[in-house]
Amino acid sequence: MAKNISLLIVDDEESVRDSLFNWFIEDGYRVECAESAKKALSILEKEDFDIILADIKMPGMDGLEMLRRIKSLKSDAVVIVMTAFATVDTAVQALKDGAFDYVTKPFDPDDLSHLIRNASKQILLAEENEALKEKVVSLENVEDMIGRSKAMVKVLKQVEHVAQSDSSVIITGESGTGKELIAKAIHSNSQRKFFPLVSVHCGALTESLLESELFGHEKGAFTGAMYNRKGRFEMADGGTIFLDEIATISPKMQVELLRVLESKSFVRVGGNKEIRSDFRVICATNRDLKSMVENGTFREDLYYRLNVVNIHVPPLRERIEDTPLLVDYFIKKYCLSMNRPPVAIDSSALKRLQEFDFPGNVRELENMIERAIVIGNGKEIRMKDLPMGKDVIDTSIESLEDHEKVHVQQILQKYNWNISRAAKALKVDRVTLYKKIKKYGLKAE
Amino acid sequence: MNFQHITLISFGYFEKNILEKISKEVSQEFLIPVKVKEGYLDLSDFLDASRRQYNGTDLLKEVDVMYATDPVKTIGLFSVDLYIPILTFIFGQAYLNGRSGISSHYRLSNERYGMKKDDVLMLERFTKEVIHELGHTFGLIHCHVPTCVMRSSTYVEDIDQKSMHLCAQCCSTLSLKQPA
Repeated sequence: MAKNISLLIVDDEESVRDSLFNWFIEDGYRVECAESAKKALSILEKEDFDIILADIKMPGMDGLEMLRRIKSLKSDAVVIVMTAFATVDTAVQALKDGAFDYVTKPFDPDDLSHLIRNASKQILLAEENEALKEKVVSLENVEDMIGRSKAMVKVLKQVEHVAQSDSSVIITGESGTGKELIAKAIHSNSQRKFFPLVSVHCGALTESLLESELFGHEKGAFTGAMYNRKGRFEMADGGTIFLDEIATISPKMQVELLRVLESKSFVRVGGNKEIRSDFRVICATNRDLKSMVENGTFREDLYYRLNVVNIHVPPLRERIEDTPLLVDYFIKKYCLSMNRPPVAIDSSALKRLQEFDFPGNVRELENMIERAIVIGNGKEIRMKDLPMGKDVIDTSIESLEDHEKVHVQQILQKYNWNISRAAKALKVDRVTLYKKIKKYGLKAE
Repeated sequence: MNFQHITLISFGYFEKNILEKISKEVSQEFLIPVKVKEGYLDLSDFLDASRRQYNGTDLLKEVDVMYATDPVKTIGLFSVDLYIPILTFIFGQAYLNGRSGISSHYRLSNERYGMKKDDVLMLERFTKEVIHELGHTFGLIHCHVPTCVMRSSTYVEDIDQKSMHLCAQCCSTLSLKQPA
């Protein structure tokens, strides 16, 4: 999609402004002019321009001072400075202050067109680079969506259907089930895939931070607002915004969000210009939004605006047939990232994984496999490499004595039955440890 | 199109057959009748003595104010070296979606570049530039199609590369005829 590059021409001479205006408008650029640096800065406060072409010698504030001020407002602004009085010193100073280029009036027509074309290319490449980075990250993660169970196949079919539409989606499911991956899969399969997927973790931000994060802010809007900053809704223009933990947002933000979803426009914090953005919204929550609506903690109108399509991601315990596939996938993933040869998994360890409840769902399984590969023997994941028998409390053991027996046994194995080191780890003396070994009838394997 | 006609106004001496040839081509391209008139301007008012060139921006303004009328598209034809303050030279200039433009053949002749005189080629170049500026007055911006007359040209070689006609895209933008 071709972007219409916008140009702001700043020069105190009317004839120069007119000439440049006519020249660039014939090339299809969107052009505006300002007769002074002060006027240009006031225009820039209200509106963004891709390229600013500014004269150096101007009455009042000169071009170099204006360049510094523009850079303090928007550090990535592309500013080209021009003058009829070229000196090496001013050229060097302009470039040091962040000018994209420096030209001497009058230019050859070809030089001017090339200059603007190069600047346009840089702007488009930078934007494309950002979009591609987001895209690569989202594609990498989509690969993690594994499952052949009925429940998961149903979810994947839903994703396929929903991706073709532009409707709002709420993804529900327990923590760690992969709700964000579902959002990424919807985006990657939609017509918006070449535009950014912007994620916001609503639960991690306070109300005021979330407001600034979503809508952006103007310089000086609050203490610490050093620059104008685009909000997430603005960044998601053409793409998708993913609002995770939507149930945690405050009543005030619920009202704001409803307004943005209905009008697709908003105003930055501390600003007064209406900004339009074309985005699709996908939300996720691990809470029951319907009951929150019933007890009045979540707005009904917002709920219906968001809940056009609902996708429920099942917990891992409801799709245990996917466990071997997931285990195999995570083993390959982490062996590759750690530059190790692929490891196998002991059948009893795999059986234990399939029996385990996984309250943390796929995320917990993934962490378990990563840990097992790190601490394992490099050939096979064994029962003892999995934390279920160690870090996780095994509820089948109820008595304190049994727990003590298992724990002492594990510590002895960890230190290869080196009594001194095991006793030190257990913080008992060697005699006490010998007594425990005798009492529980422990033997080295 | 709702335009009654296009007016070509010559400032300075132009051979009759040159004006006839240009008006015929312009009329065929835009399917509108073309009238040819003579105009008078004291060009010394537009001369920048230090550059020994004439200010195209001011000349365009003058043509627009003194000669252009709605709903007619007017092009001023000159034989002097044109510039705009920011550029070393221009072949012509027009108001985008406006009612007037200007064009000069000063830099279009072969002799200016040390080559053999070729009046036919010069006339062809001038006609292309007049059609190009008229295209701007009809709201067309520069086109990327290499053979389209609306392609931007910095040097005479660029003008020679393009045809005298609008490409299909520019034609459809104008809802005009397809190029011959």
